[in-house]
Amino acid sequence: MSFPWAQQYAPQNGLMKWVDERLPLPRLVYNAIGAGYPVPRNINYWWNFGVLAGVALVIQLITGIVLAMHYSANTLVAFNSVEHIMRDVNAGWFLRYAHMNGASFFFIVVYIHIFRGLYFGSYKAPREMIWLLGVVIFLLMMATAFMGYVLVWGQMSFWGAQVITGFFSAIPLVGEPLRVWLLGGFVPDQATLNRFFSLHYLLPFVIFGVIILHVWALHIPGSSNPTGVEIKSESDTVPFHPYFTAKDGFGLCVFLLAFVAVTFFFPNMMGHPDNYIPANGLSTPAHIVPEWYFWPFYAILRAFTGNFLGVDAKLWGVIAMFASIALLFFLPWLDRSPIRSANYRPLYRIFFWVWMADVVLLGVCGVMPAAQPWIILSQIGSIYYFAHFLIIIPLIPRFEKPLPMPNSITEAVLGKPSSAAA
Amino acid sequence: MVRIFGFLAGLGFVSALLWAVATTSLTIEHDPVHARVQTPRALALASDGVLGHFDRGQLQRGFKVYKEVCAACHGLSLVAIHDMEDLGYSEDQVKALAAEFTVPSINPDTGEAATRPAVPSDNFPSPYPNEVAARAANGNALPPDLSLITKARHGGAAYVYSLLTGYRAVPADLPAALRPATGLHYNPWFATLNIAMPAPLASEGQVTFDDGTRATVDQMSRDVSAFLVWAAEPELETRHAAGWTILGFLLVLTVLAYLSYRSIWAEKKGH
Repeated sequence: MSFPWAQQYAPQNGLMKWVDERLPLPRLVYNAIGAGYPVPRNINYWWNFGVLAGVALVIQLITGIVLAMHYSANTLVAFNSVEHIMRDVNAGWFLRYAHMNGASFFFIVVYIHIFRGLYFGSYKAPREMIWLLGVVIFLLMMATAFMGYVLVWGQMSFWGAQVITGFFSAIPLVGEPLRVWLLGGFVPDQATLNRFFSLHYLLPFVIFGVIILHVWALHIPGSSNPTGVEIKSESDTVPFHPYFTAKDGFGLCVFLLAFVAVTFFFPNMMGHPDNYIPANGLSTPAHIVPEWYFWPFYAILRAFTGNFLGVDAKLWGVIAMFASIALLFFLPWLDRSPIRSANYRPLYRIFFWVWMADVVLLGVCGVMPAAQPWIILSQIGSIYYFAHFLIIIPLIPRFEKPLPMPNSITEAVLGKPSSAAA
Repeated sequence: MVRIFGFLAGLGFVSALLWAVATTSLTIEHDPVHARVQTPRALALASDGVLGHFDRGQLQRGFKVYKEVCAACHGLSLVAIHDMEDLGYSEDQVKALAAEFTVPSINPDTGEAATRPAVPSDNFPSPYPNEVAARAANGNALPPDLSLITKARHGGAAYVYSLLTGYRAVPADLPAALRPATGLHYNPWFATLNIAMPAPLASEGQVTFDDGTRATVDQMSRDVSAFLVWAAEPELETRHAAGWTILGFLLVLTVLAYLSYRSIWAEKKGH
C-alpha cells in the first residue's frame, strides 16, 4: 500500500544502497515498520496489542526452542524431564515458567487485541482479510496451546487430551474412528504425546507465517483508528517510525513488567495444581478444567444438556463450541453498520459491553463444576453469546442512530468544531 | 445471505439452549462431602510473598521430620541428596547423610540386582520399589511422592500443614456414609474426609530438633511443610532475586521509554 505522502526509502550509506539494489529487504522493513508507513496519528494504547502479540510469540518461540533441547516426549519420562528442566538445567526454571506464563500472556494480549477489533469495528471493509487471518491465528494458537499443555504429561494434560479429543467422538459415524486416528490409540499415550510434540513445534511457525500475511493485509488499507474515520490527508498520519516505535517501545516495557512480575513471583498463579501430579490413566481428577483461556468455550460446550431435534446434546455442545469461534469469520458480513467505531454507535456500544460481561460470566462457568447454578448460568451466557453475534449485531443498524462523527482524524485530534472524543 | 443463514443458525443454537434450560433440573445438589471439607488453615512461612526466602533452620528441622517420619512411606524422588547443601549442611555432612540410604544397583561381577550405599549425586530413594508394593503395604492406598506436593495441591504448604494437624475425632453428627471405613482416619482437610494415612505426627517430641526447638505437633507440621516448599521450589530464592533485578532494570527502561515517547510526540498537538 501506499499513501502518496509516504516517505521513500533512501539508503543512508553505500552498504545499504548495495543491499537494497540486490535485495530490497531494507526497503521492505522501512515500508513495513519504518518511516515509510504512515499511521493514523490518533490510535490509542489499545493499538499496542498487535505488536505485543508478536513479541509474545517470539518469547514463546525462543523459550520453546531451548526447552525442546531438554524435554523428552516419552510418556515414561516426559513429566520428569520437565522437572529435570526445572531443577537441573541452568536457568531451566526460568525458561519453563516463562514459556508456561508466556502462553497465558500471549492469550491475554490477543484477547485484548480481538476485543479492540470488536469495539472499534476493525473487521469492517476494507479490513476483512486482516480479521479473517486473525481468526485463523487465534484457532492455531488454541491448537498449539492445547498440545503444549499435554506435553507436560501431568494429570490435567492427560485428562485434558482425553476430553478434548473426545469432542470428535460426538461426530456421527466417523467420530470414534476419527478420535482413535487423532490419538493414535484408544487413549492418550506415547503416539499421542509424540505427535503433539511434533505439531506443537510446527504450529508456531505456521502462526508466524499467517502473522506475516496478517501484517501484509494490514499494510494495504493501513491501521484503523478510534474514530473509524479513514485517513484523508497527510496531516491525519504520522510515520510509524519514530512515533509508533516509541509508543510501542513504552507499551512493550509495561507488558514486560507485568510478564516478569507474574513469571518470577506468581509463576503458578494461572496453572492448575493437578498438573504437578504425573499423568495417571487410572485416576480421574475430581474436576477436569482446561487452562483459563478456554474457560468460556468450555462453558458453551457444557451448556447443551438436552438432546434437541434428534441431535445428541454432546454433539450440540461440540458444534456450538466450534461455531462460537467460527462465527467470527462471518462477522464482517453480519455487521452491516457502515460506522466502525463503537464510540459513535450508542446501541452497539451497550451490547458490546454486555457481551464482554457475558464472556466473563462464561469464563467463570467454565471453571466451575458442571452443577447448578453454573449450568443455567452457562446456558444463559451461551444464549446471549450466539444471539449477540447472529441476531443482535445484524439487527442493530435498523434501530441505531449514530452519533455525529468528526470529518477527519486531524479534526478529532486538534479539537476543531463539532469534534467528538477520540 | 450470510445474515439470513446466521440468523437461522443463531435461532438454532438459542432454541437448543432454551430446550436444555427447560429440560435440566434446577435443583442445586449439595455434595455432603464437599460441604464438610475445610479450607486450609493459614500458615505463614518465610518463603511467602514476593520477598520470600527460606528459613534454613526451619528447613533443617523440616527435613529431619521428613527423614524420620514421612520417609517411611513417602518418596522425595525428584530431590538429589546433594541438594541438601542448599539447606546449610556441609559437604561432609551430606556425604554422611547419603551413606545412610541404600539404593538399587547391579552387582558388577554377576549382573544380579543388588544394592549399594547412596552417594550425594543420587536422588532420595523411594521407600517402595513400585506402586504395587506401596499399595500392598498401605491397605491399597498409595502414599504420594512429596517432591512436588506443595505445588500439586490447592492451598500448597497450608494444605500440608492443615492435613498434618487436621486429625479429629469423628463428629457425632457425621452421617454413616461419611464415617471412616476400616483403615481410614477422619481428617476434614482431606478431599474425601477420610484418609488412609494415620496421624503421622501424633505426639510432642516425636522428633528431636538439633537446635533445641520444642517439637510440638504444630511445630513439626509447620517445619515439614516449609521443607516441602523448598523441595518443590528449590529455585525460589534465585527466582525472587532475579525477578527483582529484572524488574529494577525494566523500571528504568520503562521510564526512559516513556520519556522518549513523550519527547518524540512533543510537537504533535493532542497527545
